Amino acid sequence: MSKKNPEYDFKWCPGCGDFGVRRALEFAMINRLEEVGEPIENNVVVAGIGCSGNLVHLLEGEQPYGFHGIHGRTLPVAMGVKMARPELNVLVVAGDGDFLSIGGEHIAPQAARNLNITAVIMDNGVYGLTKGQSSPTTEMGAVTSSTPFGKVEQDLDPLELYLTLGVSFIASGFSGQPRVLAELISQGMRHQGMSMIHVQSPCVTYNDTYQLIKGNAKEGIAPALWDIPEEHDPSSKQAAYNLVQQGGLPVGVLFKDETRLPLEGQMANIRARARERSIEQLMDGYTF
Amino acid sequence: MQMNDFVVRFAGEGGQGVVTSAEGLAQASTQVGYHALTYATFPSQIMGGPTWTQARICIEPILSSGDQVDVLVAFNEEAYETHAEEVRDGGVIIYNADEFTMTDPRSFGLAVDTLARSTGNNRAANMVVIGALAQLVRMPQTYLEDFVEARFRRGRENDSAIIASNIEAMNLGRQHAAESGFVLGDLAPPTPPDYKQLMLKGNEAIALGATHAGVKFYAGYPISPATTILLWMERNLIGEGKFAYQVSSEIEAITAIMGAGYAGKKSMTATAGPGVSLMSEGLGLAWMAEIPLVVVDVQRGGPATGLPTKTEQSDLMACMYPAHGDVSMPVIAPGSVEECFYGAVHAVNWSERYQGPVILMSEMSMAERVQNIPRPDLTKVSVEERLTYEGSNGYHRYSGYELSPMPLPGNPGAYVANGSEHDEMGDTTHLPSRHIQMTERRFSKLKLLQEDKYEAENTAASIVLMPWGGSKGPVREAYDELRAQGVDVGWYYSMFLNPMPPKLLEELLTKELVIVPELNYQGQWASILRSRGVKAQAITQYTGLPFKVSDLVAEINDIVSPAKEVTRV
Repeated sequence: MSKKNPEYDFKWCPGCGDFGVRRALEFAMINRLEEVGEPIENNVVVAGIGCSGNLVHLLEGEQPYGFHGIHGRTLPVAMGVKMARPELNVLVVAGDGDFLSIGGEHIAPQAARNLNITAVIMDNGVYGLTKGQSSPTTEMGAVTSSTPFGKVEQDLDPLELYLTLGVSFIASGFSGQPRVLAELISQGMRHQGMSMIHVQSPCVTYNDTYQLIKGNAKEGIAPALWDIPEEHDPSSKQAAYNLVQQGGLPVGVLFKDETRLPLEGQMANIRARARERSIEQLMDGYTF
Repeated sequence: MQMNDFVVRFAGEGGQGVVTSAEGLAQASTQVGYHALTYATFPSQIMGGPTWTQARICIEPILSSGDQVDVLVAFNEEAYETHAEEVRDGGVIIYNADEFTMTDPRSFGLAVDTLARSTGNNRAANMVVIGALAQLVRMPQTYLEDFVEARFRRGRENDSAIIASNIEAMNLGRQHAAESGFVLGDLAPPTPPDYKQLMLKGNEAIALGATHAGVKFYAGYPISPATTILLWMERNLIGEGKFAYQVSSEIEAITAIMGAGYAGKKSMTATAGPGVSLMSEGLGLAWMAEIPLVVVDVQRGGPATGLPTKTEQSDLMACMYPAHGDVSMPVIAPGSVEECFYGAVHAVNWSERYQGPVILMSEMSMAERVQNIPRPDLTKVSVEERLTYEGSNGYHRYSGYELSPMPLPGNPGAYVANGSEHDEMGDTTHLPSRHIQMTERRFSKLKLLQEDKYEAENTAASIVLMPWGGSKGPVREAYDELRAQGVDVGWYYSMFLNPMPPKLLEELLTKELVIVPELNYQGQWASILRSRGVKAQAITQYTGLPFKVSDLVAEINDIVSPAKEVTRV
């Protein structure tokens, strides 16, 4: 919504990381408008359910199209939009619960298809909107409202998951750096194929990780955040695995495979090989 | 004895040519001007497993697969044992003498594979069988030769050799049948229809109808008995701006076609009951966010995995009320292969017209049945397009209590299509007044789907029949027979189940009793009619098989006759 809508009463908590992600996304869409002249209404933002999905209602300035559907299904909706209208720029915004838990089954097939969309995942390691239950990225052992005796599941490393599933562009960022994040999202949009921008976006209410990420010199806490060094070769999957093994919160592009065709390219190749027939010709096949 | 129709059941194991023989006979017969309908059941396994297919050949258009088996072709002993008792008095059994021998006095053996091999064409086994069948009903030889010529003349070098071997195979079959001494009668000569025809299955008719209606986006997941629609679309929905794809689940299918519908493409998926269950949340979203799309449910039997390869009409409740919350899903249920074509066109038109989801309900028995139908004249089949927004930015997409123009991405008028209750711009809201407005808006759009036309006969009768979907054919045959017997019963039918044509409902409300034969335990359509105030009573069957006309005649008579006595008193 471009102006304050008095009827829309959802608010992010003050300090929520999602504010920064929203700004980054706005920057990225404006960059794209300036870079390639793509009008804002050519962008479609497919949102998941949860605090993060509300981003689609909170965008300021000129409005893209939005789709705020059902829990966990952003990727297949995005597939429908993109493959129906490949000229549109399709974005997914979702949280760790929506994308990695209930929606986890959709990542592998879309990565295999190399669906040409950009997914921005706001990972706060918790279900915020339902008040603090554990998510796949909640740390093992953590006490949450749904793990009163500590979480017994091993926590998931999303970056490693994306690498393993064959996502063709993987970046990692932090909501507290909107300009840096905007640049990563822009690179993801330029990538011809499936791009994942995984963002640490802290929940100040249920899982405040700001100090952990940024560190605190006074208390002797080293920052988890570190910049991926320039000499990293993002075309090497092994190098990307090695980066992930170092732990913490790497910022930058981990992996980029530009050799694969996106799904719409594969389909164009099929069109070139297969014969299009009119409805009358198709009916002729059933005459006798 | 003159015969107007005859029914052949082919039974054996999957892979023995059971299906291809039936379809071959149907093709041979329609080629020369008869009408044909096959009914197939399949084992849920790829190789082997008991299976049977029935072909009915008639001088008139056919409504059902036929109750009485005139000829059983048993490809193995188990098939004989299972099906022998369904052969009518005076019927004939042909058994595959390459597989087994037996002494049933109604039978003769035919070594189909050996005879085929003797022609030098191993693939001509079907023709041996067809030749024998033709002899039993004394179908003139020229008919069969015309058929072989039409089927195998494809401009190949060895066409003539193939045609010669197939004709020889038929002659061998004919010769053996003649030697057996069995004769069923003389099949009356055909009256070739003076209109163009197509010979196809229900699923193919649905795919063609949807294509004509402008479906450009198809996503599906393999499931019996809907898979063939996915395969058809992948092969034929080809070209710029068209897309057909096998996705990874029914949840992906419904949400992918949702994205496409939102982006402006006419979109469709086809599934069966288990898929409908998985799609239920998505169907609610399409209703809520007002996204046009079509879901085809080719029904099979039972809950859960149920009977994947049998027929039933037990998904009606699930299709009409698939989702949580206040939803009333538009449902069209065609009653024949021909109606599968027109039903698909209507379903796509409806979804565009009211900007929401529509379910097209078919059934296994129609999906896999081959039938000759009049070729649709496309110049007379109208195709509708959705009302799109053409203005500038600042549009309120969900304003008012009625349908409003839909903006498409890439154009001014950006909004959020929202599955949460929303305000006019699509932003989430919880205001009571807004929930009232949006709920009434969504339901008001159903008015746009009220059609005028329906079938009605002998409307003066106080007791009437009202079948739905694939039971239309056998119920119609039962109706014709009952009327011939002098039973005063009326006929009503529409493929539009929700919403119903309003005048049809008005008429039904005046009836003393509406009898609904349907293939489920609970009497689902009768129950829905009762909820609309109609005095409806179901005749149910839950065998996984279609109705038999004779059973229906008896059951309807049981209901109608006591009522007639009461009125006489």
